[in-house]
Amino acid sequence: MIAANPATAGSGADTSGPWGRLEQALRDRRGAGRKCLVPYLTGGLGNDWLQTVSAVAAAGADAIEIGIPFSDPVMDGTVIQQANDRALAEGATPQSILAAVRGAAADIGVPTAVMTYVNIAHHMGYERFAASLADATVNGCILPDLPLEEVGEWSGCAAAAGVETVLLAAPTASDERLRSICARARGFVYGVGLMGITGVRSELAASATATAARLKAVTDRPVLVGVGVGTPAQAAEVCETADGAVVGSAIVTRMLDGGGPEGVAELVSEFRTAIDAAHG
Amino acid sequence: MTAASGDETGGSAAGYMGEPGADGRFGEFGGMFVPETLVPACQELDRAFRSAWGDPAFRGELDRLLHSYAGRPSPITECENLSQELGLRLLLKREDLNHTGSHKINNVLGQALLAQRMGKTSLVAETGAGQHGVATATAAALFGMDCVVYMGTVDIARQELNVFRMRLLGAEVRAAESGSRTLKDAVNEAMRHWVAVADTTHYCLGSVMGPHPYPWMVREFQRIIGAEARRQCAEILDGSVPDVVVAAVGGGSNAAGIFAGFADTSARLVGVEPAGGAAVGRAVPGIVHGSRSYLMQDEWGQVLEAQSISAGLDYPGVGPEHSHLAVTGRAVYEQVTDAEVIEAFSLLSRTEGIIPALECAHALAWVSRSRAELAGLTVLLNLSGRGDKDVDQMMGILG
Repeated sequence: MIAANPATAGSGADTSGPWGRLEQALRDRRGAGRKCLVPYLTGGLGNDWLQTVSAVAAAGADAIEIGIPFSDPVMDGTVIQQANDRALAEGATPQSILAAVRGAAADIGVPTAVMTYVNIAHHMGYERFAASLADATVNGCILPDLPLEEVGEWSGCAAAAGVETVLLAAPTASDERLRSICARARGFVYGVGLMGITGVRSELAASATATAARLKAVTDRPVLVGVGVGTPAQAAEVCETADGAVVGSAIVTRMLDGGGPEGVAELVSEFRTAIDAAHG
Repeated sequence: MTAASGDETGGSAAGYMGEPGADGRFGEFGGMFVPETLVPACQELDRAFRSAWGDPAFRGELDRLLHSYAGRPSPITECENLSQELGLRLLLKREDLNHTGSHKINNVLGQALLAQRMGKTSLVAETGAGQHGVATATAAALFGMDCVVYMGTVDIARQELNVFRMRLLGAEVRAAESGSRTLKDAVNEAMRHWVAVADTTHYCLGSVMGPHPYPWMVREFQRIIGAEARRQCAEILDGSVPDVVVAAVGGGSNAAGIFAGFADTSARLVGVEPAGGAAVGRAVPGIVHGSRSYLMQDEWGQVLEAQSISAGLDYPGVGPEHSHLAVTGRAVYEQVTDAEVIEAFSLLSRTEGIIPALECAHALAWVSRSRAELAGLTVLLNLSGRGDKDVDQMMGILG
């Protein structure tokens, strides 16, 4: 199931395109000497979440992660847990979120990736779930509770449907494991910034930069770091090493506080500005 | 019927309840569905458990603790009064007589000893009714380890005494306030806690669930129930095994423990779930808390809250090996209602002078309901815990 002979940097599937739309967009951004910004928003949170997605795209997101809420988000901290609970209470379902994304694809304009937990995909059936993502024009998928050992069945279905499976890489993984993850990942490699759950911290963890550096050493694929990247300054800092940053809880906090499309877009602009100022 | 003699602790000849292999599979169930950040901790635990379980020194130390601290072996009680009333021969495996009042101590002593061997200084655990939390806090006190127990706020309110016990034992009880605020959410919180501190902390999971190696490891730590019972039954039954072995199933650790002793015999294995928490009964597979197994969920895969009179069985999932035993037909899983459980709780108290925990009252409720079908048979029931913790709740119900 796992490649016995993991691809090393600069060889094998790692560097041979064509890439999916998500990965191509991030590679293009990097190729232009820029850094990537991928905000996360919880789908189905409030009446205006879809407008928020479009506003965030217009504010400078290179791609957008859209969360499909799950009842037991074991990798998420209190902010995204709360957002999940609220969206579910408001009646959000995978179907309602994907239908909305499909309807707004033209307005969104940038590649999207769905982030949810494996049971949502498993319950619908991997093949059907992958097809429904493709049908909704979603480009990528992140299932954080599907580690390397278990991802084979899903990633086969995703690839067949043209969906890029983003894989997480932990600070504690061996170099060999990082290589296997990078060889298997599509879209980008999601470096987990710290050993913990999503949420804003007062400082960027040393492990965020270290993990990015270790990943960059073994792959040509875009390396983005998320989890514990909560301020524009922290995003700029991690981008000194990484190709980009994923920002979740800070954005969702603004959504929960009723920031609306404009308020959330304003925050995304701040992240964009900080990253570009440091790495323009 | 004649019991095979000898091997009490190894895998079974029939291929049931043996080692699941490196990928942690029981047929199509099990696995290690955790975030990448938890994979190293699970792999480290798998290596450590394999090494310890094959080490006679570790096994000897655990046996010593189970004997001198937990009070093993637990006896088998032949229920003469109730057997007569039901028209069958009822034997109880008395896990209620263990230190801390349930089978949970078997598992936590094993895990605490393993944690110590791994150089961990802290334990984190989840608890529903509080039995596993109390057992973990007990082991932590014994081993001089720090202990954090997550418990849903709903359960904290309905199990005040156990919250106090845990604190008395030196553990910190933290409220799980997300989701349904019950056992499943306490598991989420314990996993979230563990991921950040896995280098110093062992997650002492309370049942045969979770990511590999937990379902296997916890079953092996509970296998002592079945191994003892097999030997004891052979004495009582002139070398035979019981016709039926029955146990309550929430996550399923007490059932896994007693089934393990009889999986390779002709004994019929019966797990009893609460009607409001019947993961096997509904037979819809899902993935949560690290493994693929039967799981109560809505049409979109959102995990549902279980509903049971017994907080210890209030879990929407079930250990993956039970799903495998159900699919293969080696064990059958029945459901009983809260009303039947209340009746069984009173029945055992009145006829035998034993107040059972509401969890194992489920098993008795099935025996009582099935008395015609079981007429004349020998039934071994795992009495997994004592009912002291439930007396307050039952006083409200029975007046």
